[in-house]
Amino acid sequence: MPLSPKASLQLGPDGRLRHLLTTEGLPAETIRLILDTADQFVSVSEREVKKVPVLRGKSIFNVFFENSTRTRTTFEIAAKRLSADVINLNVGASSTSKGETLLDTVWNLQAMDADMFVVRHSESGAAHLIARHVKPGVAVINAGDGRHAHPTQGLLDMYTIRHYKKDFSGLTVAIVGDVLHSRVARSQIHALKTLGVPDLRVIGPKTLVPEQVERLGVRVFHDMAAGLEGCDVVIMLRLQNERMNGALLPSAGEFFKVYGLNAEKLALAKPDAIVMHPGPMNRGVEIDSAVADGRQSVILPQVTFGIAVRMAVMSMLGSP
Amino acid sequence: MSTLPDPEELVRALAERMRAQLPPDAGLVGVYTGGAWVAERLHRLLGLSTPLGVLAVTLHRDDFGVIGLHRESRRSQIPFSVDGREVVLVDDVLHTGRTVRAAVNELFDFGRPSAVRLAVLADRGGRELPVAADFVGTSIEVASGEELVLSNDNGRLRFAAVKRPD
Repeated sequence: MPLSPKASLQLGPDGRLRHLLTTEGLPAETIRLILDTADQFVSVSEREVKKVPVLRGKSIFNVFFENSTRTRTTFEIAAKRLSADVINLNVGASSTSKGETLLDTVWNLQAMDADMFVVRHSESGAAHLIARHVKPGVAVINAGDGRHAHPTQGLLDMYTIRHYKKDFSGLTVAIVGDVLHSRVARSQIHALKTLGVPDLRVIGPKTLVPEQVERLGVRVFHDMAAGLEGCDVVIMLRLQNERMNGALLPSAGEFFKVYGLNAEKLALAKPDAIVMHPGPMNRGVEIDSAVADGRQSVILPQVTFGIAVRMAVMSMLGSP
Repeated sequence: MSTLPDPEELVRALAERMRAQLPPDAGLVGVYTGGAWVAERLHRLLGLSTPLGVLAVTLHRDDFGVIGLHRESRRSQIPFSVDGREVVLVDDVLHTGRTVRAAVNELFDFGRPSAVRLAVLADRGGRELPVAADFVGTSIEVASGEELVLSNDNGRLRFAAVKRPD
């Protein structure tokens, strides 16, 4: 597979990770390296002292142009467990409202000797733009840009799947719900295809499945029962209420009836299927509490693994 | 080059030196990779009741600013409580002392031992830190441009002196 310009921006000439912007075009070997590196960080978080000196003396700026307390916190915890200094900025509320451009904000922070930026922005491509304009040696992690990508979430989902299913080569994976607005779904689809999942499905109403998504190598199902049949992994997506302009869905209650995951629908998947959700969950909208809290749910382990995966990415970007 | 000693014999000698000095509940922790092989053998020879631990020191190394972080699937596993226990760190070769420094840091991430001892199969000199072993199998002269490397050929330990890559 030829590297897209995006991929070459995130990989150096030696193939090492320089920025993490998208899972699209990220080679399988790089993804595996990130997951393997995360392995050792899972154990760090289980110790009495949950801290290692890998990024001691480095400054990491969490720059959030779009608010997300939870994602920001997971990056903050990851950076702190690596001994980095973390500075959190909710820029949405300050500079941009005074008219400063995105790049001016970043250059100002760079002048404060930032080593790494973790960026969230409501516009697709914001992290790429920043990565193109930072000094050499300064790394950018995309923590979510518009509808485009959320690569660390995609990678932590890969980590979770590998943890429970060991191997991707025989898996049937379904991504269910609001795929249209989901940068998480895009990041998952690219990574799952790269890792060789043979049967990747997208399930949702026509209004919430992007046109031509089949081009990415997925099978589209509008019928929930047919789509879930035989699945090893069921990934529920958050119904993005805040992104919805109202015309796409009759009501949240109606959505739950058809595409919400309850025990009865989950029984159509394999008996050992795992249920994932990137959070925050809308209980009773895309997922029933009995499933979210049930024995097949790995939603909380996803959160735990997310710290280790972010530590892995940061440690790889922060070491020469 | 003089012939290098047989590590299997050194392990037995080392075990005899340690036997009288360790409390019955001492915990043995081998440093990956060579130290873990040595610790395995010592643990068996000494018949210790506390299960064997292993330490991976990558995350506490002082040179990842220089060499970067490498893929490392090995991780520290200490299947006993470190708190209040006498712990013996086991490594194959004592050289600069930097690995030992990293191992002590790593160990303390698991708790607070009552004492930490150091047992090494071979001391080749060349210390860069104030580190000394409590139990030594033997001292070996190795040229400064060479590494003393322990290998494991199907369960049989061997020493080799190899030229250090520049």
